[in-house]
Amino acid sequence: MLKRYNINNQILLLTGILIIIPFFFQNDFYYEIAILSILNALIVIGLNLLMGYAGQVSLGHGAFAGLGAYISVVLTSNYGLNPLLSIFISVVIMGLLAFIISKPILKLKGHYLAMATLGIGIIINIILEVEEEFTGGVDGMSVDSFVVFGYELSDSIDWYILCAVLLVFAIWAFENLIKSPFGRLLRSIHDSEKAADSVGIDVSYYKSIVFVISVVIATIAGSLYAFFSGFISPQEASFTHSIELVVMVVLGGLGRVYGALFGAVILTVLPQLLTSFEDYETMVFGMIIIAVMIFMPKGIVSLFDKVVKKKEQSNASS
Amino acid sequence: MLKRFILRALAFLLISSFVVLNAKETIKIGAIVAATGPASFLGDPELKTLQHYVAKINAQGGVNGQQIELIHYDTGANPKKAVTFTKRLINQDEVVAIIGPSTTGETMAIIKFVEKVGIPLMSMAGSVAIIDPVKKYVFKIAATDRMACKKVMQDMNKRNLTNLALISGSGGFGKSMRKQCKEVAPSFGVKIVADETYGKKDSDMTSQLLKIKNNKDVQVVLNPGFGQGPAIVTKNYVQLKIKHPLYQSHGVASKKFIEIAGSAAEGVRVVAPPVVVADKLDDSVAIKKVALAYKNEYEKAFNSQVSSFGGHAYDALHVIVDAIKRANSTEPSKIRDAIEKTQGFEGVDGIVNLSATDHLGLDTETGMIMLEIKNGDWTIVK
Amino acid sequence: MIELFGYLLSGVTVGFIYTLVGLGFTVIYNSSGIINFSQGEFVMAGGMSTVFLIYAGLPLGVAFVLAILITSMIGIVLYKLISFSRDSSQISLIILTLGFAIFLRGLAQIIFDKQLHTMPSFVGEGAFEIFETTLSYQALLIMVVASAIVISLYLFFQKTKTGQAMVAASNNVDAAKLMGINIKKILILNFAISAVIASIGGILLTPITSTSYEVGIMLGLKGFCAAIIGGLGTPFGAVAGGLLLGILESLVAGYISSEYKDAVAFVVLLAILFFMPGGIFGNLKSQRV
Repeated sequence: MLKRYNINNQILLLTGILIIIPFFFQNDFYYEIAILSILNALIVIGLNLLMGYAGQVSLGHGAFAGLGAYISVVLTSNYGLNPLLSIFISVVIMGLLAFIISKPILKLKGHYLAMATLGIGIIINIILEVEEEFTGGVDGMSVDSFVVFGYELSDSIDWYILCAVLLVFAIWAFENLIKSPFGRLLRSIHDSEKAADSVGIDVSYYKSIVFVISVVIATIAGSLYAFFSGFISPQEASFTHSIELVVMVVLGGLGRVYGALFGAVILTVLPQLLTSFEDYETMVFGMIIIAVMIFMPKGIVSLFDKVVKKKEQSNASS
Repeated sequence: MLKRFILRALAFLLISSFVVLNAKETIKIGAIVAATGPASFLGDPELKTLQHYVAKINAQGGVNGQQIELIHYDTGANPKKAVTFTKRLINQDEVVAIIGPSTTGETMAIIKFVEKVGIPLMSMAGSVAIIDPVKKYVFKIAATDRMACKKVMQDMNKRNLTNLALISGSGGFGKSMRKQCKEVAPSFGVKIVADETYGKKDSDMTSQLLKIKNNKDVQVVLNPGFGQGPAIVTKNYVQLKIKHPLYQSHGVASKKFIEIAGSAAEGVRVVAPPVVVADKLDDSVAIKKVALAYKNEYEKAFNSQVSSFGGHAYDALHVIVDAIKRANSTEPSKIRDAIEKTQGFEGVDGIVNLSATDHLGLDTETGMIMLEIKNGDWTIVK
Repeated sequence: MIELFGYLLSGVTVGFIYTLVGLGFTVIYNSSGIINFSQGEFVMAGGMSTVFLIYAGLPLGVAFVLAILITSMIGIVLYKLISFSRDSSQISLIILTLGFAIFLRGLAQIIFDKQLHTMPSFVGEGAFEIFETTLSYQALLIMVVASAIVISLYLFFQKTKTGQAMVAASNNVDAAKLMGINIKKILILNFAISAVIASIGGILLTPITSTSYEVGIMLGLKGFCAAIIGGLGTPFGAVAGGLLLGILESLVAGYISSEYKDAVAFVVLLAILFFMPGGIFGNLKSQRV
């Protein structure tokens, strides 16, 4: 059973770490950073599936997360729906939307795909800024508290537990997905679309599915962030946010599950460390991105590869 | 350039080593400003002002014998970052009061957290929504958009102009002021007969202005916005030979605007806080001394023209410092109580009178004045 | 009718600005297949360095030349960074150029400042009156210069030996190597040319729109749309794309809603990508002007 569902050492290790680190948290600020990192990681895991396995770039995932979050928030705050129900409805809407736009979009390649997703993202951002009656316009809107089954999640520790559980689940699901026949299919598409196509694989269908999955995850994580922080603004759907997410994927390592996690954590924590640079912050941030792309194009996790490989070998032999 | 940089770096080192030496006895005041990004026209002068005056107060012996330590973070006008930095200031840095944020969205995003923990917040953003309804720990220093709108419409009333065309920037500043102006218009008998907007980085506003020009109802035009947009509007306005009077908002109330719009700016009226023309104010104006001192000091220290916004930071800092002195305590709740009791405080933006029901305490008469550009300089419209 | 004429004229003015920015994308893409997300920052660098060189007391002409040189150096630095990169997948190159854009923006806010700057128009502040609307001298200058750049790019790539070698090199790297063409030199030249075009754009724009350290973001995006809408392969594409975009924006602002004007570029972009993936001039792409 354990083998079948592939609960490996890495997931156990991650779970252990997630349980232990709160004991080192000195205050709410640590929780804030941890929760932000995890929610970013969730979006990035989905985006990584799209970029690293299906080989499709998206410069619009910030906007998808933002739009999904807005739908949940508007349903809860303006129409009084239960947050869970709102998120569910938002997931359905965004999933459908993603499925519809995936058809024409995923036909595009490389830069053109990047541009198309960027364009959709910016259009979404403009709509959120202009439609003030629903969204509160550029100044954003307050979000009602997150009440599930009569229990209000208000303490950071509640949110941390929820997010941590989701993270472990997402990584577990991701690893199983990749190792499933579906995952093998994806990789064959990534390696050569033409080859996959000629064997009779419906390439565009599978790419659509991956796109929908990544948008749905973004919707859930984006919505949770809005409820957690009690506020949402169109900045969540901005071009900058989309770029941040893509940088997280590549920084961590394309097509690497834990890369997503590393990328998200590093890019969430890094700006906090850079504050002491004051005016130099933007420049240093740019330099770091350049340096990683030049010296570690395979991402930060590639540094651990040797260690991991050894472990995997010993696992396999035992 | 290099020399100035080295000097600044040295000054920074000196100050920071000083701070470290006195680490235990400092009063920590937090600041959340949009020093970079789309609202850096607000945040940049605000941060410079805060740093300058904190250093000055410390050099003069600090507050109640303690030095002030300013802990500031740059949000780039992103509410998400404002939330994170608020939590950092409250939990990690353990500040006793927070100045900022620069924009309305960011302020609304963090109110929940300062209220929960009970740390006084002195926002420098423009919207009335921040202090209306009154929240226990939230104060606001800057004049509101609503005041600027009222001032413009008072001036229109004096000139018997009622049919107003709006052409607003689509950033937070322009949109917020546009909304406020639409709300207060009826009480001045003003009708909004055209409502155009332009993008943040547009390079030509001829289309929108042509529409206004060809609208026979229009008598007067107001342009809420900041940065390059209003200057381009002003230039296009002259090129199209539109004859209606043109009003600009406090977003461009700085010599920079006259410089960029050039000769096109002649005859344009600009609603502005008095600090912009501190040297031209009547001696009878109560705040002249403070405003003039601030203007001179800022322009000397940073070699750039004073704008509407740095003054907010001056007032925010000094109201808090004043409250700490009166409270003779660094307990956040006691500082809050003292802030609320601020009476007759002479700030750069005006006289501040705070109370349990009014957390802004500026009135329209002293908060904003009307200027007209003549011969490349400001003149005060009486 | 006069209204329509006004909108069109305004659209053409803005369209040529987008064209100037879009041309830079085309040059780099043509030679290397890279979309340079820091193109907008090149424009910013051109404008800002000119302004500050003038502040430093240099005569206009000298300031222009120096600013163009500085920007072309920046272009060459970007090429060097790209050539250092151990991975040349499109995703990592996109992010590399994005990182470079962030770096340039950060650098500009340190060595320059965060304020708006302008410089006097070198052809005078006046404007031609055409019917009831106007065309400023500076806008006319932009049109003339943009057209001149397009024509010289065309002539350079078609008629000169170096240009033809560059086209050949981008079409078939291996064949070019066999013919003894130095690919590296060609790429460096392309990045430099692209940066030069961008800096000229930045200089010409400044008297109209003024400039600041973050002026490059939106300009870059719009120029990018212009280049793709027109078709990335050709300088004429950038012209067609830029003009189409400028005119449509102006018409939407005039007749529909100025609030949604900024969305126009991206709606058109999507329409073109979905229905004419090669851009308006896509059929010319194979020739690689």
